[in-house]
Amino acid sequence: MGDHETHPDQTAIEVANLVTHYGRTRILNNIDMHVNTGEIMVIMGGSGSGKSTLLRYMLGLHQATSGSIKLLGHDITKISAQEMDELRKNMGVSFQGGALFNSMTVGENVCLPLREHTQLDENTIQIMSRMKLSVVNLGGFEELMPAQLSGGMIKRAALARAIVMDPKLLFFDEPSAGLDPVAAAELDDLILRIRKALNTTIVVVTHDLDSTFRIADRITVLDKGNILMIGTVDEVRNADNERIQSLLNREARHVEIDADEYIKELTGQKS
Amino acid sequence: MLRTFTEKLGQTTLRGIEELGYSIALLFESAYWLIFGFRRRQAVKLPSVFSQMMHIGIQALPIVSILAFAIGMMLAIQGIATLKTFGAESQVVLGIALSVTREFSPLIIGILVAGRSGSALAARIGTMQMAQEIDALRVIGISPVRYLVTPAMIAMLIMLPALTFFADLIALLGGGVYSSLELGMSLQAYADRTIEVLKVDDITQGLYKSLVFAVIITLVSFVNGFSVTAGAEGVGRATTRSVVLSITYIIIADMIFTFVLTH
Repeated sequence: MGDHETHPDQTAIEVANLVTHYGRTRILNNIDMHVNTGEIMVIMGGSGSGKSTLLRYMLGLHQATSGSIKLLGHDITKISAQEMDELRKNMGVSFQGGALFNSMTVGENVCLPLREHTQLDENTIQIMSRMKLSVVNLGGFEELMPAQLSGGMIKRAALARAIVMDPKLLFFDEPSAGLDPVAAAELDDLILRIRKALNTTIVVVTHDLDSTFRIADRITVLDKGNILMIGTVDEVRNADNERIQSLLNREARHVEIDADEYIKELTGQKS
Repeated sequence: MLRTFTEKLGQTTLRGIEELGYSIALLFESAYWLIFGFRRRQAVKLPSVFSQMMHIGIQALPIVSILAFAIGMMLAIQGIATLKTFGAESQVVLGIALSVTREFSPLIIGILVAGRSGSALAARIGTMQMAQEIDALRVIGISPVRYLVTPAMIAMLIMLPALTFFADLIALLGGGVYSSLELGMSLQAYADRTIEVLKVDDITQGLYKSLVFAVIITLVSFVNGFSVTAGAEGVGRATTRSVVLSITYIIIADMIFTFVLTH
């Protein structure tokens, strides 16, 4: 991490005043953050903190209520569908459950972005997909179906698909979820190796502390849709904010209850 | 009590309108990809159309044959039994020919395909939605409509009329076999008489209906599949809902269609 060069002057991702709603519920509150080129930014928080939601908005899967999200200089809340498609060629995403297409082999999954977005001939496509599969240590597994793979292998295959177009931005949703500690550590190593090789800007959403401290350059801590703090690993570790400390020490959240609110909730009155 | 009822009614109506709007949008978007996909370098892939045609059409041939033959025979049995009271058994040929081509073939094929392929589509899309495969398509920059909806829509629009025409022939054969046994008329005579009474309009009327049913089945299945949110149970519910709704809409559309065409 320390030896890697990030570019604080070059911003790859910039989120400004982002407000989002799910139905009538406000999920994210005035989110302001940026990610530098070549940086690994980990977004962490407890469940329900809004971290996965923030990721989905960065991916352009939903329309924000207000605010802007700039990826590589393009504000995705304003650009056309066509421009978004172009931009997506520079983005790779590894979803929580892998999200491999179950009806295709591992190899076909990895080939798909190339088949859809490039005019490369079949031979080149095959070679490139095999290369990416061997990067994630899955060389020789092209012909298997996703259902035949273990959880860790699925995540690695999904990673191969995410990096097959050599994206400038790479997103991970809970990379270590459902993996044993060894497989999770292997995946962390892979993330670091890919960043080193391609100088990719990487955003990781996770609640896994070990993984966070292994890979992060900077950390954004979210709580109830608000940013608690953004800082380096050491800054977050030494923060005296009570909520951050309870998150780091895995303490159970104690819920603050307002007596009047609670009565209203019980009696079903809307506040 | 009254409040919950009106609230429920309101919510159901709202959901209905929402789904109708979504269906229409889906219809236009899938047409858009068919026509302009090529220009945006996202052409609709022929192999996926063919694979859908196999699932929807070719693999349904055995069951379609059995159903159509049985329906043809059933119509002949009923027809002869009823017409006997007037001593007009020989008119059964006309009855079978018209009811099969105008009504029974398109309706039975519509219901069969809704149950067989509509449910499969809804379940497949629902499962993909749950596994975030739809999100994965979108972030790769592949429109789920272009990749999933348009091929299925084209396949339905080709295979439903094809199956309906096939069912016409088999049902007429079924009716012919029973009539010839019961009335002692030769199959050749039955066929000649059928060709004599049938007009091209009768057949095309059934085929037009099947085109409408194809659109209904595709849209209802995808709208329900895409809206799956909660787990395996959600997929099951979406599948059931899509079959029930498809069949309901098909029968209502059939009634309206028949009313308009006979007036």
